[in-house]
Formats: sequence, structure tokens, C-alpha cells
Amino acid sequence: MSREKKEDMQTLALTSDIRRSNIRTTIPTIDRKERTPKPAGDVCECAIIRSENFSLYYGSKVGVENITMDIYPCSVTAIIGPSGCGKSTFLRSINRMNDLIPHIRTEGKLLVDGHDIYDKRTNLVNLCQQVGMVFQKPNPFPKSIFDNVAYGPSLQGVRNKGELQNAVEQSLRAAALWDEVKDDLKKSALALSGGQQQRLCIARALATKPRVLLMDEPCSALDPIATGRIEDLMGQLQSTYTIVIVTHSMQQAARVSERAAFFCLGELIEYDRTSKIFENPSKKETEDYVTGRFG
Amino acid sequence: MNDANLTLTLAPAAEAPRPLALTPAQDLRGYLGAHLGRALLFFITFTSVLAVLLILVFVVVRSVGFLSQSSLTEFIASQSWRPTAEEPVFGALAIIAGSLYVSFAALVFAVPLGILAAVFLSDIISWKVRNVVKPLVEILAAIPSVAYGFFAVVVLAPWMQNQFGFSTGTNALNAALILAIMALPTIISVSEDSISALGRELREASYSCGATRLETIVRAVIPAAHSGIIAAAVLGMMRAIGETMVVWMASGNAPQIPHPWWDLAQSVRTLTATIAGEMGETPEASLHRGALFAMGVLLLLMTFGMNVISEYFLTRAKKASGRT
Repeated sequence: MSREKKEDMQTLALTSDIRRSNIRTTIPTIDRKERTPKPAGDVCECAIIRSENFSLYYGSKVGVENITMDIYPCSVTAIIGPSGCGKSTFLRSINRMNDLIPHIRTEGKLLVDGHDIYDKRTNLVNLCQQVGMVFQKPNPFPKSIFDNVAYGPSLQGVRNKGELQNAVEQSLRAAALWDEVKDDLKKSALALSGGQQQRLCIARALATKPRVLLMDEPCSALDPIATGRIEDLMGQLQSTYTIVIVTHSMQQAARVSERAAFFCLGELIEYDRTSKIFENPSKKETEDYVTGRFG
Repeated sequence: MNDANLTLTLAPAAEAPRPLALTPAQDLRGYLGAHLGRALLFFITFTSVLAVLLILVFVVVRSVGFLSQSSLTEFIASQSWRPTAEEPVFGALAIIAGSLYVSFAALVFAVPLGILAAVFLSDIISWKVRNVVKPLVEILAAIPSVAYGFFAVVVLAPWMQNQFGFSTGTNALNAALILAIMALPTIISVSEDSISALGRELREASYSCGATRLETIVRAVIPAAHSGIIAAAVLGMMRAIGETMVVWMASGNAPQIPHPWWDLAQSVRTLTATIAGEMGETPEASLHRGALFAMGVLLLLMTFGMNVISEYFLTRAKKASGRT
């Protein structure tokens, strides 16, 4: 456990070095046909999430089909694409949130940490603990701010008041909300503004101590200032967390992500370094979409 | 359709534009329409308010004679109800207690069952089954109460007597059980509505924090829906306390407080059953009739009090959830 953590930390240091020096020359092209794309010269060798020919169907309707991609730890991966292309479906497959929808069927494999989460013997509680999620619409519980953030830890059996307070404070600090709410943690979460609510939801997700954070268009209901704050937050969080974000805003994807995947009509068209996707995509569809000529 | 056609069909109206200024006639018509309509709607709305007020006034006025001639302390504190004796005694305590016994016992049965059923309908079974089962549950409310009473007397009473060896089958427990069944559709329907109105977002939020289904229901769904659940319980309680026919048939009609106090297997009598049973046999303007009206005032006060309590809880719940 601790060794993994250490490796993560090393990885993080190297990644941030690369980011700082802005080396974008050793960008690998990931071939979709290839089972295990090895990004040459990349420091993150092992993917934390690996999708192998993963498909999800709603009844007879295709949600996503034949998705093969690796998501690397300690970085932000953006999923972009037009509406209804399966971005959210794929994201929600990673922590099996789609299970709430009746009549879904999956094929292929979706591995988190090497375990196929669509295997019957999957501990969904542990999966959700490790793969946290922030939803499109801020969805705090109608409880106090404190109780919202303490929800995850208390489910994990933390009863000690001091320990809970500590967890709440750290999560709120990490979500850059602490200074705004520290004086009134008893206040109802629904009394916060939209941007604050979304950061509260991020804090709530962080409080369960996940390793992966899935964000489903987290800024689509927010104004540019709140969006900016959440993007800053992602920049800080990516040193320790694996973030997968679905976004409609290509500027946002370009700003925050290291890698980007372009989905269209339930298929993965192209997955590569974000700079490559935006500056020199290898597929025509991707180019059309990122340059706004889609359609 | 080609472009030329499209332009034609979408052109502004061909005739001269209608004047934007109101003519005096239009002005008058608008004025009258608005004010008369408003007055009419006000009158219709006010009628129902007036009806409630008049009923209250009527009941209070008719009970004033009794309350001035007889002792209020005797009415509230005495357990002996002998309205037709040589020396009549009007002690309603046992009857008030009977009403509370039966209603609260009914709630004790109905509220947990109702919440469990509502959770089952909203969160556990499939949407399709729910859409069939919920209307069926609501049909329970459409069964006339005399049919329930009949069931209580003919089926439940002998069964209780034989099965548990109660001295009488028509008792507080019997009435409470039947009242619980009658209150269930209201409680299930209202609380199910408020539980499923929470939507998938709340449940997703809970699951994504690593909660199991049980934890999601107990720690996220029910707390979030508690205002609706309290409202459902109060509505059920009002139904139970105001119900007459069933308690008249099933409770045994003995004006006594069970002894020991928790023994629901003894007969009780409720305010509603007393009023319904004795009203027809009392002479106009007698003390007895006045006493029955005083009972009516008590019933009104009880339901009014419950309304206030439920309002208090609902506002508090709304405030707590920030939806002021």
C-alpha cells in the first residue's frame, strides 16, 4: 500500500516536471488496435484504468461500443465529443453508476487496478470508495455542510468526532472551500451557491479518499469564475489523484487535461496527448470537431 | 416545400395591423372582467373558509350551554360517562383517552409499515411493478369504512378471541389494526411521492460515496424525505382520529381507560363513536347533547393542534434543507 503510494508520488514529481518544462515532443500516438499502448518516454507506465473492448448497451441501444483505452494515474484525462456520443456513459461505467439504469448490458472488460469491475465478484462499495464521482449538477445532500462531507468517512466506519472533523476540514481545504464555510459548517448545503455546492461535492468525493475522481461535466452549470476555481482545483488535485473529466468545452479540455479522448457515436475515435488532439489530430473527425467544423 | 413557399407562409399578417391602443369598450370589458372574475373566485374560495368557520362557530355555540351549566373539570377529568342516569355525569376522560389510544396505536402500526412499503415501491422493485401496485394500494382508500368495520366484527374479532383468548374481540387493538389498514394508503402514497421525488441524483451521490443500498435508503433517502414522511403520518393520524364507523363497530364502545394502561385487548370508546352513537337519541337543547357538542369542539381542537404541529415540522424541515 505505502509502496504504491510512494510510486505514485514519484510519478507525480516526474509528471509535474514534464508539465513545468512543457516538454511535448515525445508525444506517443496511441493506436486503437493495439491492446496495450505503451506511451514511449512516458513516466506513467501502468494504467490505473484499462478499458478492453468495453461496450455498454441500453436494451438494444448502443451506449458505447468497443472502447479500448488506458487511463494513467496522477493526470487529468479529458473525454470530449458531441452530445449523446457516450462520454458520460463511459465515465459512469467506471464506477458502475449505470447500474441504476434498468436493462443495461456490458461486453468486454473494464479493469480498475487490474480487476475487471464488471466481474460478478466485484465489491461495489470498495469500487465507489476508490473511484469517486462529481456529477454534472451539484447534488449535495439536504444536510449540513459538515454532514455532507462526513458522509463517506462515516460510512467507512469513522465514528470518532475529532477524526471526522479532521477529515471534513482536510477535504474542504483540498476543495478550496474551507475558508468560505469554516465558520458555519452547520449551515445547510443547499444554502450555498452553485459553484460552492459543486466544490462541496468535490470535497465530499475526496473525503472517501478515492484514487480516481470522475467528473461528469462538473462546470456546465457554473459561471466562468466558479469554473475557473474548479479548474484551478483540478490542477492542484492531479498531483495526487487520477482525474477523468467529461467536458463539452474544448477550451476546458485543453486547459486542464494531459490526455484527451474524442468520442463520437459511442466509439472512441482518437485518444492521445491533449496537445496532439488539438494541434495535430490524426483522424479527420477529430480535426473537424476540435476546429468547430463538426457536422 | 421550396424556399419561396416558406417565405410566403411565414410572412406577417397581410391586413392592416390591429390597433395597439385599447378602445374604451375594450378597456371597460377588461376592467369588469378582471374585477368580476376576481370577485367570483374570491367568493368561491371564501365559501370553503367560511364553511370551516361556521362549523367551528356552530359547534362551539351549541356546546356553550353545556359548558356553562356543567363543570369543565368534570368533563375533562372524570372517567364516568353516565349521561342518562338520574344524576347524569359527563366525564369524557375515558372517551378522550379511547380516541387517543386507538389513533396512536393505529399510527404505531401504520407509520413503520407505510414507510417500509413506500421505500419498497420507490427504491426496490422495478418501475413497472410499482406502477401497477401503487394504484392498487390507493384503491384501499376507496373501500367504504363500513366494509372495514364489517370485516373487523365478522372476521378479526372472532379470530382474536379464539387465537389469543381475549375476553372480547371488539377492542382497542382490533380498531387500531383496522384504522392502520385504512391509514396505510394515505401514508404509503404521500411518503412514496416524496421519496421518489428525490430523484436519482441523491441516490447517485450516496452510492458514489461508497454506500450500500441499505445505507443509501436509511442515511440519505429517508432523511431527505422526512418532511414528506411526517406530513404523511399526520395525514394518516387525522384520518384515524376522525374515523367513526370503524371504531364504532370494532372498538367495543366501553367508556373506560384500559387497565393496565398498555392492555389494548380491552374495549374502549372514542369521541367520534360517542357522538355518532348518541346524537340521535338526545333531546334537543339537553345537557347530553351539549356534552356531545363539547366533544366535537375537542375533536376540532385535536385536529387543529395536529395541523399546527405538522406545519411546524414541515417549516422546520424546509428550513433545515434550505428551501425556505
